[in-house]
Amino acid sequence: MPTPPCTDPVVLNLWHPLSAVAETAAGQDHTTTLLEEQIGYAWSPDAGARAWRTGATQHQLPTLVRYGYIWTSLGTPPKDLFSIPEYDEPDRRNMNASTIGVHVSAPRAIENFLDMAHFPFVHTDVLGSEPHTEVVEYDVDVSAERDEVLATRCRMFQPKASASSSAGAEVEYVYRVPHPYCSILYKTSGDDPGRKDVIAVFLQPVDQEHVRAHLLLSVLDDAHEDKEIRNFQQSIFGQDKPILENQFPKRLPLDPRSETPIRADKSAVAYRRWLSGKGITYGVIPAGR
Amino acid sequence: MITLFDYELSSDCYQARLALAVLGLHYSRVDVEFYPGREHETEWFTELSPLQQLPVLRDEHTTLYDAQAILVYLAARHDATGTWLPRRDPVLVGEVTQWLGLSRALASSAGAARLHESLGHVTDVTAARARAHTLLRTLDEHLWFGEQEGRSWLCAADHPTIADLAVFPDVALSEEGGVSRIDYPAVRRWTDRVKRIDGFVPRSGLFPGGSAAAPWPR
Ligand SMILES: [Fe+2]
Repeated sequence: MPTPPCTDPVVLNLWHPLSAVAETAAGQDHTTTLLEEQIGYAWSPDAGARAWRTGATQHQLPTLVRYGYIWTSLGTPPKDLFSIPEYDEPDRRNMNASTIGVHVSAPRAIENFLDMAHFPFVHTDVLGSEPHTEVVEYDVDVSAERDEVLATRCRMFQPKASASSSAGAEVEYVYRVPHPYCSILYKTSGDDPGRKDVIAVFLQPVDQEHVRAHLLLSVLDDAHEDKEIRNFQQSIFGQDKPILENQFPKRLPLDPRSETPIRADKSAVAYRRWLSGKGITYGVIPAGR
Repeated sequence: MITLFDYELSSDCYQARLALAVLGLHYSRVDVEFYPGREHETEWFTELSPLQQLPVLRDEHTTLYDAQAILVYLAARHDATGTWLPRRDPVLVGEVTQWLGLSRALASSAGAARLHESLGHVTDVTAARARAHTLLRTLDEHLWFGEQEGRSWLCAADHPTIADLAVFPDVALSEEGGVSRIDYPAVRRWTDRVKRIDGFVPRSGLFPGGSAAAPWPR
């Protein structure tokens, strides 16, 4: 089934990630696909970022450089992107773990990112293990002021929570969804239990059923090389990828009756409701169709 | 002491890990970050592997940089049973080598389609998928006829060989490149058999037993 080009004003007006700065050769033109359109972009330390629709180089699209990525918009975007204050803390290691193409809609990928119930089965002996399969009661809020979904007090026993953990521990998660296609999770740091590591997924919608998933890490870890930290997350993401690609339907159904929610899915229910409230139609199956 | 220079998500590296595992060999891993670090293009790695290919195996004074060569070497050197590479049987040696060739063809078709989908590598993905389907159809037919004759593995032996280990990774991961195995039932039964080989190790994105990529029930 061919997907129609994006006419969803909510999605057109969002900021979307194009590429990690670290993986963008300076001073050269690159291309990528965003919302079914070919987008050219370039970056250099002096000139910063530029983006354009290919074939319309003179008409510049708005750009931002945030969290190590180049962002653009095909509509009228807000002045700035959601904030991740931790990113600027001087002792954090910030890096793009990977940018991976996945055959799934952006909202489905967010929903998987929010779901802890799959940890013991998909990330066995790493982020979860049997018999510790229960997701304990947690809190979900939609902050009207910040316009974001917030899940707190999510706890799970993890055999190996991060590259820096040597033993199992109960780990606490906080999830934020400040953008329909972006989510940030905070989890107890292996190095400093009083603080939290930050892992964010920024989904670039290629079309309604394909994304490029950009995975940002902002972690506290003095012991490991960058590549070891990335390798850990790439391996986790490799476990999620086939799960994501086997979701059916690929677009996220927003009708509350379409899939039976279980308790662990409380954040998914809030996320779907939040998307519905925004009137999003791209990458979803809107309620009542 | 065996050392494997390895990138977890590479299917060629996975072939080598499979062989080391089923042979029950202890080894140390050196992680070479293919993406995003492009560590395979560094000077130190190019010295080990002039074609910048992963994996690389080092054993005593031997260094090898080709996945199929590594399988042949490991079986020839470390397999006391002599079954993984049946050197005494010329027909089997020929068959094994033929399927090692098919595993290379899979890497440049099904494997290339996967790299195109996941890492955006530039390739003619339509042609790559068409070629992968030709190979899978050939494989399916061969395995189906084998089943009729009571043969479970790629070669005409009552046990698996390194041919099965070489062909398995790009077949089992084909869906990630948009190459469906739905039309190849004999291939699917064979991948399930490979997963039950003694010592089999899964790879991130592949589940032991069961079918690969079973959807998580929500
Ligand atoms: Fe996951």
